[in-house]
Amino acid sequence: MAEVTKKNSDYLVEVHDLKEYFPVKTGFLQTTPLKAVDGVSFNIKAGETLGLVGESGCGKTTVGRTLLHLYKPTGGEFYFDGQLVTDKNIQPLRKQMQMVFQDPYSSLNPRMTVEDIIGEPLDIHHLYASKGERHDRVMELMELVGLNAEHATRYAHEFSGGQRQRIGIARALAVNPKFIVCDEPVSALDVSIQAQIINMFEDIQDKLGVAYLFIAHDLLVVHHISKRIAVMYLGKLVEIADADELNAHPIHPYTLALLSAVPIPDPKTARNSSRIVLEGDVPSPLRMPSGCPFRTRCPYATEQCAKEMPELTDRGSGHMVACWNK
Amino acid sequence: MALNYDIPAPKKRKFSLQIDPSQFEKATDEEKRQQDVMANSTTFLKDGMRRLMKNPLAVMSMIILVLVILIMIFAPIVVPYGYDEILTVEGTRDKAAANMAPFQFSEREQEFMEKYNTQLFPHIMGTDELCRDYFIRVVYGTRVSFLVGVFASLMVLIIGTIYGAISGYLGGMTDLIMMRIVDIIYSLPDILIIILLAVVFKETMDFSSVPVIGKLGTNMVAMFIVFGLLYWVGMARLVRGEILMIKQNEYVLAAKSMGASSARIIRNHILPNCLSVIIITTAQQIPSAIFTESYLSFIGLGVALPMPSLGSLANAARSGMQSYPWKLVFPAVAIVLIVLAFNLIGDAMRDAFDPKLKN
Repeated sequence: MAEVTKKNSDYLVEVHDLKEYFPVKTGFLQTTPLKAVDGVSFNIKAGETLGLVGESGCGKTTVGRTLLHLYKPTGGEFYFDGQLVTDKNIQPLRKQMQMVFQDPYSSLNPRMTVEDIIGEPLDIHHLYASKGERHDRVMELMELVGLNAEHATRYAHEFSGGQRQRIGIARALAVNPKFIVCDEPVSALDVSIQAQIINMFEDIQDKLGVAYLFIAHDLLVVHHISKRIAVMYLGKLVEIADADELNAHPIHPYTLALLSAVPIPDPKTARNSSRIVLEGDVPSPLRMPSGCPFRTRCPYATEQCAKEMPELTDRGSGHMVACWNK
Repeated sequence: MALNYDIPAPKKRKFSLQIDPSQFEKATDEEKRQQDVMANSTTFLKDGMRRLMKNPLAVMSMIILVLVILIMIFAPIVVPYGYDEILTVEGTRDKAAANMAPFQFSEREQEFMEKYNTQLFPHIMGTDELCRDYFIRVVYGTRVSFLVGVFASLMVLIIGTIYGAISGYLGGMTDLIMMRIVDIIYSLPDILIIILLAVVFKETMDFSSVPVIGKLGTNMVAMFIVFGLLYWVGMARLVRGEILMIKQNEYVLAAKSMGASSARIIRNHILPNCLSVIIITTAQQIPSAIFTESYLSFIGLGVALPMPSLGSLANAARSGMQSYPWKLVFPAVAIVLIVLAFNLIGDAMRDAFDPKLKN
């Protein structure tokens, strides 16, 4: 047995200072690192959901993919179940970590039947003794996600978006993972189907006790499913708090702006609420502003913000904020 | 939340679009199930074949190819003449049997038939200047051309696919170097290399003891080598491009996240999805190889005598074109039929298997 660095911890997933830089060619023989994820730390308990929100291009997806070593992390540590995840021990750990993808149209191989798609992780990890056992397991999974047994011999292109996403979820569940990265799993779906899929995610969590890292840009969806929410801006976390706490008492100016952009269903309330509109554009991740990345658009920015990046500090009961002024 | 259908209908106002729930009835379980019924499942291959069979040009081409192949296989069994056999009557050479028109018999053959009251096998396409039956020579020529075409395409298929798959899948620096090699090969003049190799082989090597190749001659060995060395680059580029595109799909990423090995990803996810491109390119490669063989034979770099090929037959017929035009027409028609049939099938396959052209 290889030596396993075990660490006693309450958390299933512990991420410390995760960094992912992509080299980008900026000139002849010259590359500049694109800091997609720059020092992100968070923890997830077993059976819990952490929502990760942020606008497009802020590095949410990269966080998920780097955790699963789909990209080689530039820096930082990731403990899974108290075990440090490295390139060498990732292969057996893949059985416990799975991913659900954003686009249900490109995440399923058009040349494979549903049974083969769902059975593939079983094939890879040799999780069955006979063909019958594989078939039974696939049927069980299909029932779990609400697909009919007769769909097993069909091809992915014969299904609607929602059904395809169910297939993708069944595939992720096939190996009985403890942790699933859900990379915007509902943003490509109709609103009515979104609700079904979200509820299914919750049912599965109740039944199987899996933990989710739920990546989305829709705050309402994330608030509904998550216990805690992390807000990301330009590769850095700016605020982490319990879902209700974040919704009721946002502290970071970026979170405030995000929350004020959420549409309010009641027009009377909506008329009275004020929308915070941020000035300017998101800076290019190739030329990050010094200090706090949000200072160029922040109404409260001071000189200190340009000098130093604020650390995430606890503002009571686990509400962490990275801001000098709020 | 279940809807309550039992509420009394509200008073209908004029010009109201309000619908009256009492006018509706609940869907039965049977009706609900009917919503789920989908079209019969078809595999990709079945679907493509069905569309291919709807294309009259493709079906015609396939019939022609099957006929050509049948003639190629069975004609030498039926026809009593050999491709290098000079016609004889009663054991002596029939000198008058040179350059006969189709279905014509020489005087000695007619005498022979009257004398013994038998029927000789007709010279379907006449005879050539050395008194050999022309039909069987054209059949053998077709055999050679066909064999060369299929074999060369297979070589292109295997080398090009493997090279392109590795280059496209690995990407980065490996891809860069592999593609620069392809660029260099692309710029080499193929005919010049065939000529050079043929000359070198003629001087240095002797293939006459090797079964099939010995009869085809050193020129053909040079041609196969050139196909193996040079012609695969087109296929390699195509496969690489296709793989670069497929690699972007999330199902490849999904397979990686499940822990699939690179070999498994290439085998199960990437190659099946670019199979149609590979098959179609191979089908289109066959006529191009047949063409290359024909024009090499035409300029005298083809198969070794006395083995005929369609190109060398056409070349030999050139000199007597005004007196015996049919000797040029028969091999030329054979080349045209085969090349056209393969091209049309290739085109039809591209249309039938391209998912973007589905309607």
